[in-house]
Amino acid sequence: MADLNTVFAGAIRTPNPFWLASGPPTNSGEQVMRAFDAGWGGAVWKTIGEPIVNTSSRYSSVDWNGQRMMGLNNIELISDRPIEVNLREIAEVKKRYPRHAVIASLMVESTREAWHDIVKRTEDAGADGLELNFGCPHGMSERGMGAAVGQVPEYSCMITEWVKEVARTPVLVKLTPNVTDIRAVARAARRGGADGLSAINTINSITGIDLDTFTPRPNVGGSSAHGGYCGPAVKPIALHLVQQIASDPEVGLPISGIGGIAGWREAAEFILLGATTLQVCTAAMHYGYRIVEDMADGLSHWMDGKGFRSIADFRGLSLTRITEWKHLNLNYQIVARINRETCIGCDLCYVACWDGAHQCIHLDGEGAKGALPAAMEAASRARISTTPIATLDASRALDGRTPPERIPRVDEAECVGCNLCWLVCPVEGCITMAEVGAGRPSQSWDERTAAGG
Amino acid sequence: MSPADKGHIQPLARNLRQFPELHPPLDSNAALAEANRCLFCFDAPCTAACPTHIDVPRFIKKISTGNLRGSALTILDANILGLSCSRVCPVAVLCEGACVLHRYNQKPIEIGRLQRFAMDRFYEDGAPAGFAAVVSPRTGRVACIGGGPASLACAAELRRQGHRVTIFDNRPLPGGLNTYGVAEYKLRPADSLREVEFVRSLGVEFQHAEVGTLVPIEQLENEYDLIFIGIGLGAMWKLGIPGEDLPGVIDALRFIERYKTAEDFTVNGRVVVIGGGNTAIDAANAARRLGAREVHLVYRRTERQMPAFSFEYHHSKVEGVRFHWLAQPVEIVAADGRVAGVKFIETRLAGSDSGGRPEVIPVAGSYFELPCDLVIPALGQSRFLGSLCESRGIRLNGRSIAVDRPTGETSNPRYYAGGDCVNGGREVVDAVADGRRAALAMTLRMEPKPEAVHG
Repeated sequence: MADLNTVFAGAIRTPNPFWLASGPPTNSGEQVMRAFDAGWGGAVWKTIGEPIVNTSSRYSSVDWNGQRMMGLNNIELISDRPIEVNLREIAEVKKRYPRHAVIASLMVESTREAWHDIVKRTEDAGADGLELNFGCPHGMSERGMGAAVGQVPEYSCMITEWVKEVARTPVLVKLTPNVTDIRAVARAARRGGADGLSAINTINSITGIDLDTFTPRPNVGGSSAHGGYCGPAVKPIALHLVQQIASDPEVGLPISGIGGIAGWREAAEFILLGATTLQVCTAAMHYGYRIVEDMADGLSHWMDGKGFRSIADFRGLSLTRITEWKHLNLNYQIVARINRETCIGCDLCYVACWDGAHQCIHLDGEGAKGALPAAMEAASRARISTTPIATLDASRALDGRTPPERIPRVDEAECVGCNLCWLVCPVEGCITMAEVGAGRPSQSWDERTAAGG
Repeated sequence: MSPADKGHIQPLARNLRQFPELHPPLDSNAALAEANRCLFCFDAPCTAACPTHIDVPRFIKKISTGNLRGSALTILDANILGLSCSRVCPVAVLCEGACVLHRYNQKPIEIGRLQRFAMDRFYEDGAPAGFAAVVSPRTGRVACIGGGPASLACAAELRRQGHRVTIFDNRPLPGGLNTYGVAEYKLRPADSLREVEFVRSLGVEFQHAEVGTLVPIEQLENEYDLIFIGIGLGAMWKLGIPGEDLPGVIDALRFIERYKTAEDFTVNGRVVVIGGGNTAIDAANAARRLGAREVHLVYRRTERQMPAFSFEYHHSKVEGVRFHWLAQPVEIVAADGRVAGVKFIETRLAGSDSGGRPEVIPVAGSYFELPCDLVIPALGQSRFLGSLCESRGIRLNGRSIAVDRPTGETSNPRYYAGGDCVNGGREVVDAVADGRRAALAMTLRMEPKPEAVHG
């Protein structure tokens, strides 16, 4: 059985790599203890600082294709509870759950004294590590904190240095994605002495507008403000940014991956791109702490299947497979193949190829009505159809097979192997992308230009 | 003021109670979830299967984007009776039967219920008032004989094309079988009439008058450029056996019409329905729901040859109708001057007759009697085209009006025809398709000819 025990930055030990990210699910000791009972390995406490006042309402989301909360946006600020209450509860949690990790997320005004004070008090309460919130993109940034720090490498470096002057536990810097190049801030954190990075914080966003009132969401008395976007929608962006800092030789810090992780698959992806631990918020807000069970269970089964005994066995394994475009092999060639037995005749690949790709999928088989999409639709509309009545129209009974004229044909000579048909096909395994012309020597754009090609 | 002028009738309380909707409407969330399942096929098989070629994926996509008015207009553009079709269409053998998801081990999209969702919203929002009726004003004048789906669709399309249209209907309420002949749990007269009012709102005139008697056909020919025949089929076939005219014998269509429109209509005791078509099933189910203790449906062939759709047959079994195969009636038995039972003779099947169905042969001496209180013959409708076709030189094809299928034009170029009187009796959606095709063809016919160019 796979071992999910994880050590972050050499000092933060957790029974599994799944941490709750700083946010509403980690607002209080009572919540964090229930989360540990449910199976979470660690929790990053909701950001502690001088208590704030929040608005009502605070969240808005993007639903997509009938699914709720594909993306979530919030304008909630840091903890609205007194610092001493949070610290007292941290001490209580650590006393009851010594094997689990409590990382305190911190944000105070940008003075050395303020940071020294909060770091000492938090560590005295028993936190296993500190996460510096340099990423909160709304509200706090207007007060010179959060992303206002994280968007300026010099500030990030300076505050990290202040913290490191007194910190005894590992210091993680949480990065904002709302920058041109996340590596600049990651390197600054490294220069300031950070022991690890958390990435990414939420992305600046406006999720949508009420088309009756013209008020963007979330509605706070007829107005709104931009918020921070998270949830499944941001995973591809987060993966890229994690890869950017994981691959950067000037960074070289352990990473706690964040952004759209809702299950073990995303967790495995983040680890394959270099993450050591995973942080989750939106999915726990959507479904509750119980989701961690399948995260751990699914990841162990997958690791068992792949022969990985520990997280370290596959951490960063995919990093070497991400290169610059100029190094990709231009002689690698695949083409689409359609399985005539499983094709259901929706012809989405046909129209996608004609309108969105390279016009190499055709409906010109037996009984075909025309070559171009418009002509084909017109032919169908011109046909006279009647309601089949079993005893009168026995020959028209449906036999459950796809009519041959609806099964598309790929012109492999013209197919560029773009994947679009395979992506739109609703039937698992019906379209496959097959390699052709194997054996040709590899040649990248770099090599081709160097060869004068 | 006739009921037709009032434009609506109140649903009967008894029918609301005894005939709750077979397919209840989807609420917004359910419609959205279902709409999102649609793959949005290219050149979709559901659209091809629909006789009116409603662009199904397009109207479903519009539901999923919240463009409900656009969705309804997409439906109405192809099928002006989109409301009733969404409720009465045998979708299992049409759009939903053609859904590609069948071949992927998934439930087909509930197209009928989604269409109903869009149409219900359209009518609830009072949107018919804003429906753009006339595409461009034209000068043609057309008379439609018959007030059923074929004529309604024909007239609506002619109005949208800018022509003037009058529907002549000999029934007190327009709508034909949509108003009088559809099982109450699918479509109520009030809903059919709502749709009739929509067609009227487009500028179609309605006259409650029988053509050939009250209105001479010559008058129509004088006053109108073209005439559309959408008169449906005639009365139901008689059994042709002794006792048929006894009290307690009522044919299925009259039975359905009575329970749909009469407050004081009750059914008791034992009922025997004779026939194996969809109308027989409708009557049998209705008899159950109206209070019959037992309903026996007797068909002279077997379930394999029944003309009813198989889903109707299965539904009827759930309703508690008892089916008897291989027997045909020879006499209605009377007691005290009214029905007391039906005498049957057993049959057997041999070979296949011209229609591809086996021949029915009575088994000598195998008589039996089924005591009952009510007999409902449901042998299909006769094709009574009267003297109209003969006097106007309109050629028949068998017992139906022969037309050029793409245009609906008859052998007399001033007459077009569509619906049951042409196709022998299919579905509402077939009649709508016929009517609309004829309207478009008539529009082309009535276009002013380009003047000769003098060189």
